[in-house]
Amino acid sequence: MIAKTFGLQALTVASAALFLAACASTNPADDEATARAAADAAEQATQPQAVPAPVVEEEQITDPFGDATQSSLENYAGDRVFFAFDSSELSPTARQTLQRQAEWLQKHRSVKATVEGHADERGTREYNLALGERRAAAAKNYLVALGIAPDRLDTISYGKERPAVLGSGENVWRQNRRAVLTVGRSGA
Amino acid sequence: MKHGLVAMFRGLLGLVVFLGLIGPALANLKVDVNRGTVDPLPIAVPDFIPRRALATPAGSMQEIGANVAAVIAADLRRSGLFRPLDPAAFISEPQSADVRPRFANWRAIASQALVTGQVDQRSDGLLVAEFRLWDVLAEAQLTGLRYTAQPGDWRRIAHKIADAIYERLTGEAGYFDSRVVYIAESGNKLNRRKRLAIMDQDGHNHMFLTNGDDLVLTPRFSPNRQEITYLAYYNNQPRVYLYNLDTGKHEVLGDFPNMTFAPRFSPDGNRVILSLAENGNSDIYEMDLRTRGVRRLTTHPGIDTSPSYSPDGSHIVFNSSRGGSQQIYVMRSDGSQVERISFGNGRYATPVWSPRGDLIAFTKIGDSKFRIGVMRPDGSGERVLTNSYQDEGPTWSPNGRVLMFFRLSQESGETTLWSVDLTGYNERQVPTPLEASDPAWSPILDK
Repeated sequence: MIAKTFGLQALTVASAALFLAACASTNPADDEATARAAADAAEQATQPQAVPAPVVEEEQITDPFGDATQSSLENYAGDRVFFAFDSSELSPTARQTLQRQAEWLQKHRSVKATVEGHADERGTREYNLALGERRAAAAKNYLVALGIAPDRLDTISYGKERPAVLGSGENVWRQNRRAVLTVGRSGA
Repeated sequence: MKHGLVAMFRGLLGLVVFLGLIGPALANLKVDVNRGTVDPLPIAVPDFIPRRALATPAGSMQEIGANVAAVIAADLRRSGLFRPLDPAAFISEPQSADVRPRFANWRAIASQALVTGQVDQRSDGLLVAEFRLWDVLAEAQLTGLRYTAQPGDWRRIAHKIADAIYERLTGEAGYFDSRVVYIAESGNKLNRRKRLAIMDQDGHNHMFLTNGDDLVLTPRFSPNRQEITYLAYYNNQPRVYLYNLDTGKHEVLGDFPNMTFAPRFSPDGNRVILSLAENGNSDIYEMDLRTRGVRRLTTHPGIDTSPSYSPDGSHIVFNSSRGGSQQIYVMRSDGSQVERISFGNGRYATPVWSPRGDLIAFTKIGDSKFRIGVMRPDGSGERVLTNSYQDEGPTWSPNGRVLMFFRLSQESGETTLWSVDLTGYNERQVPTPLEASDPAWSPILDK
C-alpha cells in the first residue's frame, strides 16, 4: 500500500518535470521571428490569398462484420483459401483467412455456410472430386477448431467442374485450387 | 465437336490380311487384329436388294436396303481393319441375293470379301434382312444370317451384321451393336451445363437423358441390364444414382451422409463399387443392389477412388494417393492384398479392367499431359496409346479391342470423344452433337 502510493507520487513528480522541460525548450525569440516572416510574406503578395476552409469528408461507417451476406464475408475475411498442387494442407495465409472467417461466423451466429472444395484441371475427374472434398474438409475442420459449431458448416466438392478462372498455367491453376466459404446451405 | 466422323486416320499398321492359297472348299480369309502392317481388308458391301417394292414408316425397302449396307460399311471402315470399296467402282451387282455372285467381277476391283444381302417386309410388318459373307478368291460363303425386327430398327440389324462379319473374319467378337452413355457439355466453362446422353457407338440414335439443370458426371453401364450408374448433384448433394433405361426411373444409391462418387458395376451387375468421402477422406465401398448391404473395402487416410472389377470379380483395380501421389493399385475384391502396379514416370489414374481381363487401361499424367495407356494387371507391359493435351477416362469396347476416351484440346479448349485401337493406331473422333466427356461403352446388347 505504502509502496504503491509512493510510486504514484514519484510518477506525478516525473510528469511535472517533463512538462516544465517542454515549456522551457520553447524560445520566445523564435516565435517572434516566425510571426515577422509570415507578415512579410503577406505584404509581398499582390493578390489576396485564397483561404479555403479545410475539407473534411464524412462517411457512414458500418459494423466491420457487416450483414450476414456473402459480400460482407468477402470484405471482412475473404471467402477463399488456396492450396498447393495435389495438397489439402492449409498454408499460414490460409489459416489467417480462416481465422477471419471464424470471427465473422462468430459474429453472425445464425449463419449456416458451405465450404466448397475445388481442384485445378491437372487431375483426373474422380481424383479431383476426392481432392476437392479433402480441401473443403480441411477448411471446415480448421473453422471448427476455432470454435465454429460443425453443424453450421456443410462441405461439397466440385473437383475440377467449377473453375474460378479459365485457361491453364500456374497463375490460373493456383486460383482454382481453393476452398470457398459460401453463406447458405448447399443442400436444397 | 459438331462435325462428323473426321479423324486422324494415321497410317494403319494394325493388321495383317491373311489370304489362303488353298482351294475353294477351304475358305481361309482372315484378318489378324494383333499383328502390325499391311492394309485394311478390301471388302465390297453393295446395297441390300429389296425383295419387293414396299414402303414402311422407316422408308422404302429400297432405301432401307441402301442404308443397311451403308451402316455396315461405315462400321467396318471405322474399325480400321477393313477398307469398304467405293460402290461407284462396282462392275455388276447381283440382282438377287439368291444367286451366287459373279466373283470375277469382284476380283476385278480387287475386293477380297463381299457382303450380299436382301431386305423384305413380312405380312406382320416386321423387317427381314439377310446377308451372306463371301470369300471372293475362294468363291465360298463364309457365313450367312437372317434378322427380323421392326423396320425402324434397321440400324441395329446393320450393326449386328457388321458384328457377324467382324467376328467371322477376325475371330474376335464384334462391338458394333453397342451403345455409349456419356456427358454432353455446353455453355460457359466456369459453370458448365452437363447432361447425361446416350447414343449408338457410331453416334446415331442420340438422346439426352437429363435436362442439364443439375451437374451429372461419370456414367457407367451395367454389364447385363439396361441400367447405368452415375454421379449427380441433385439438390447440390453429390451422390451416386441408378438409372433404369427401360423404365426411365432413377434413384439415389444408398443413404450415405456424405458424397458418394466414382461408381462402377460388378461383372454380374448385382453390386456397385464406389467411393464414399468421410471427413474429407475417400475410401472404397461396395453395395449389394439386392440387399442394399454396404461393405467397406479400403481404410486408408489417402485418397482411394476409381475402382474397377476384374471381369471374373476376384480383384479390384483402383486409384490411390496412399504412396504420396496418384498411382494404380490392385487388391482382392474383399479388400485384402493391396499391391501397387504402376511404377512408371508420372502419375496414373482412372484404371479400368478390360472385359477380356488381360489389360488395365488408365490415364497417365506427366509432361503436363494426360495420355491413355494400357498395362497388364501385374503392371508389366505398359504401353501409352495416345499423345495429345489431355486425354482422360478410357472405356473399353465390349470385345476389349478398342478404347474410347475424352480429349480436351489445348488449342480450341473443346472436349470431344475419341476412340483408339489397342495397337495405338486408328485414332478417330466419335461424332457428338455437343462437346462431350466421360464416355462409357455398353456391353454387347442382348439379342
